[in-house]
Amino acid sequence: MSLHPSRASNTASGSLWMYIVGFILSIVLTLAALWLALARQFSTEVLLTAILILAILQIGVQMFFFMHITESPKPQFNLWILGLGMFFTFVVISGSIWIMSFGGGQGY
Amino acid sequence: MTIAHDSFSAHGQHSNPDVPLEYSLEEGALRIFGFWLFLATDLVLFACLFATYVILQDNTAGGPTEMQLFNVPSFTAETLILLTSSFTGGLGTYAMHKGSRRALITWMIITVLLGLSFIGLEVKEFVTYATHGAPLQRSAFLSAFFTLVGTHGAHVSLGILWMLSIIYQLARRGITPITARKVFIVGLYWHFLDIVWVFIFTVVYLNGVMS
Amino acid sequence: MSIFLPHFPATFIITGDPLIYGAEVSIVLATVGILFVLTYFKKWGWLWREWLTTVDHKKIGIMYLIASLLMFFRGGVDALLMRTQLIRPNMHFLQAEHYNQIFTTHGTIMILFMAMPFIFAMFNIAVPLQIGARDVAFPYLNAVSFWLFFLAAMLFNLSFVIGGSPDAGWVSYPPLAGLEFDRGPGENFYLLSLQITGIGSMATGINFMATILKMRAPGMTLMRMPLFSWSVLASSILIIFAFPALTVALALLLIDRLAGAHFFTMFQGGNPMMYINLFWIWGHPEVYIVILPAFGIFSEVVSTFSGKRIFGYSSMVASLMTISVISYVLWVHHFFTMGAGPGVNSFFAVATMCVGIPTGVKVFNWLFTMYRGRIRLTVPMLWAIAFIPIFAIGGATGVMLAAAPADYQYHNSFFLIAHFHQVLIGGTVFGMLAGMYYWWPKMFGYMLNERLGRWAFWLFNIGFYITFLPQYLLGLMGMTRRMYTYPADMGWNTLNLISTIGAYIMGIGFIVLVLDVVYSMFYGERDVTGDPWNGRTLEWSLPSPAPHYNFARIPTVTSRDAWWTSKQARARGDAPAKLEPLQPIHMPKSSGRPFILSVIFFIGGFGLVFNWYALGFLALLGVLISLLLRSLEYDTDYYVPIEEVEHTEAALGRA
Repeated sequence: MSLHPSRASNTASGSLWMYIVGFILSIVLTLAALWLALARQFSTEVLLTAILILAILQIGVQMFFFMHITESPKPQFNLWILGLGMFFTFVVISGSIWIMSFGGGQGY
Repeated sequence: MTIAHDSFSAHGQHSNPDVPLEYSLEEGALRIFGFWLFLATDLVLFACLFATYVILQDNTAGGPTEMQLFNVPSFTAETLILLTSSFTGGLGTYAMHKGSRRALITWMIITVLLGLSFIGLEVKEFVTYATHGAPLQRSAFLSAFFTLVGTHGAHVSLGILWMLSIIYQLARRGITPITARKVFIVGLYWHFLDIVWVFIFTVVYLNGVMS
Repeated sequence: MSIFLPHFPATFIITGDPLIYGAEVSIVLATVGILFVLTYFKKWGWLWREWLTTVDHKKIGIMYLIASLLMFFRGGVDALLMRTQLIRPNMHFLQAEHYNQIFTTHGTIMILFMAMPFIFAMFNIAVPLQIGARDVAFPYLNAVSFWLFFLAAMLFNLSFVIGGSPDAGWVSYPPLAGLEFDRGPGENFYLLSLQITGIGSMATGINFMATILKMRAPGMTLMRMPLFSWSVLASSILIIFAFPALTVALALLLIDRLAGAHFFTMFQGGNPMMYINLFWIWGHPEVYIVILPAFGIFSEVVSTFSGKRIFGYSSMVASLMTISVISYVLWVHHFFTMGAGPGVNSFFAVATMCVGIPTGVKVFNWLFTMYRGRIRLTVPMLWAIAFIPIFAIGGATGVMLAAAPADYQYHNSFFLIAHFHQVLIGGTVFGMLAGMYYWWPKMFGYMLNERLGRWAFWLFNIGFYITFLPQYLLGLMGMTRRMYTYPADMGWNTLNLISTIGAYIMGIGFIVLVLDVVYSMFYGERDVTGDPWNGRTLEWSLPSPAPHYNFARIPTVTSRDAWWTSKQARARGDAPAKLEPLQPIHMPKSSGRPFILSVIFFIGGFGLVFNWYALGFLALLGVLISLLLRSLEYDTDYYVPIEEVEHTEAALGRA
């Protein structure tokens, strides 16, 4: 039985580097999305897709750099669970949008 | 790999420096895994709230809209504050792995203060809307907005109380495998809430001021 | 209206009907009776120490079982009342409002307060024993789950007497269930009690996933784990991802009702269909949550009483997992007729039909297991065999309903009612009853009576067909659900009469079941070996009932059907494995806080039902304090000393 986590780097300074890089990347991604949204130079669909991609990238950054997602002891069931959770999240949100999009679609 | 047999001696593996302290007891690994499962449920909870928001966001019933309400400096500040608090929380975990109780508590206090600023800004935002003709009862859009963002804020508030309790336990007991696990878990919770906020920032605020 | 003053609705204590008076008087008498007995026999301390504060999964399982049987009684009475009202056209046994309340409480109780606790009883009783563990991953949380469920059930049942039962159907659709059309507190009782029990259910899902994934005995890889535990894993995955949707649906409707929001109202931008969408995102996985454990039980029962290992273990595992994932993308089939567009309806129709395929695989595997087996027709096996034709019919009618265009005719008719009762009763109820009979000796140390068990089985089984087969025809003839009476000239009279007679037969079957339980308490045959059925899985290696720490030594597993392998080795004369020396056993301490926490939830829920926010706020404080106290609690475990283990094992006749 082994509790050895799988880690990119075991040294303390290695993990400090991870937090700093994660933080900087997150700020960059946040400001990029903000700038894109405020610059109003693109159509709404393109913009929406762009900021969603930036959001998803930031999730990945935070999960890897902050949450030590790859460091749990094996077998890493938490990755399976998260994957399933993200799949169901996608199903719920996109499914709901699709299902509810009939009947005129106008807001009131 | 399974963890079923218990060891009479509780020191587990923390004499092994390669294993992070929070995982050094079997109980710790189990609790952390259980918490990931809880986060999966919270993820779906927020997914349902997001779905509701997206579907109702145009139903403003002739009342205030996102463009009229949202204030760019305000929500940008909230975002950067929360992100920074996630970073300082991470620095706390780093300090914990280095064994420094004082640094850990300091970073946790900073995280709590940043969290309180976030909540303060959010409360101010909510009160402003509610007293300027945009309460939750005005339209479906506003009901969805207050509930989605408010649920996140309630989670953050609970997290602040939780961190205060852990700071207290660290002050009394120092860094042990058990307190290390508690710090790690509240850290997971706090990072998760920042991740949810990234989506709120994107789908609610940016999307709202975009058109 | 000051939010701090109580606001009594017009009819706080429900009055009116002789039936209601009678029920209220019985409730009061029963309560007084219980309190009297406890006091007279000085059993309060025992109750607190042994049951109210336990974190032992075996006891928690027993409490879930008792609660579910009690709720089965109430839900069954509701069913008989409805069927009595429908025995002839134009009956006035029940007024329309009462009928609405009764079908609402019948559905809510049977699904949330009978089926869920019944499966949780089976989870708790069997899973740790099957996987060679000493308890679940989070025993304190397990107790919290039970007490939240129990106090939520009490809150729901209280509505009968105080404030009025909910009456908007077990699904409670707005705008009917919204503030505009349903001011009364009944609907709030529904929303709050379901919310509270939902928290408990989610916690159970988390608990059992962690237990199964992380606490199996050494050598028990996932592919060596008993199929019941696999089914619990599949069900728990669904629980954790589906219940949050229910939480949100109920919470948003509650916010509409309490705070005047506009999620599901008809004005100011509300969209009632969104509730239905969210509700069924939970509601469809929910029915799979309750059926998968039944499938697991059938796998255990069929293989044990055929004397053969299960046919196609890998495909059984794959089908459980496949059903689990697919069932999450089916939910629109509950509202094909709401006009979501042909693309949407087609997708969900096809997906729904697909889910029958892995289920079919399972049915064939059970049949192949029985083929050339040495079948023993014990009571659990009877329930299992009877399940197969019932579920096949139910599944077939499900595929009929899945064809969206056809569903425009079937939706909300008695055809639908017959279908879902077929799969829920034939699947879940039969499965849980099989499990109850199968694991009863392990829980209590004696067997349930075979003869009475057979009578109960045949009455219930035959009664089932008589009740529900006519209902398919009624549905095809146009009779819709939730109608409190019907005209005499529709041609529905005979079939309704037959159906009601069948329902009474089922009722008698249930009474015989209860008689079996009571009779066996006094005269049941003792189980002295711990393995009365010649079982195949690890729970049968323990004495009956098992000692509180389960295993004195955690077994090492080398194959599927680990206990069977062990018995074979012994029969062959293989040298027994050397017994390791005993170690002190690490066990969790009991705690009264789960019970108290749940009472606080009850008080808060009760307050919010009547918009008494002060009480709700106090309860919130109570919950936070409770969480804080738990966080500060470090003295949560103890060690059972070796001498005590030796002594207990010797007393149970084990080395």
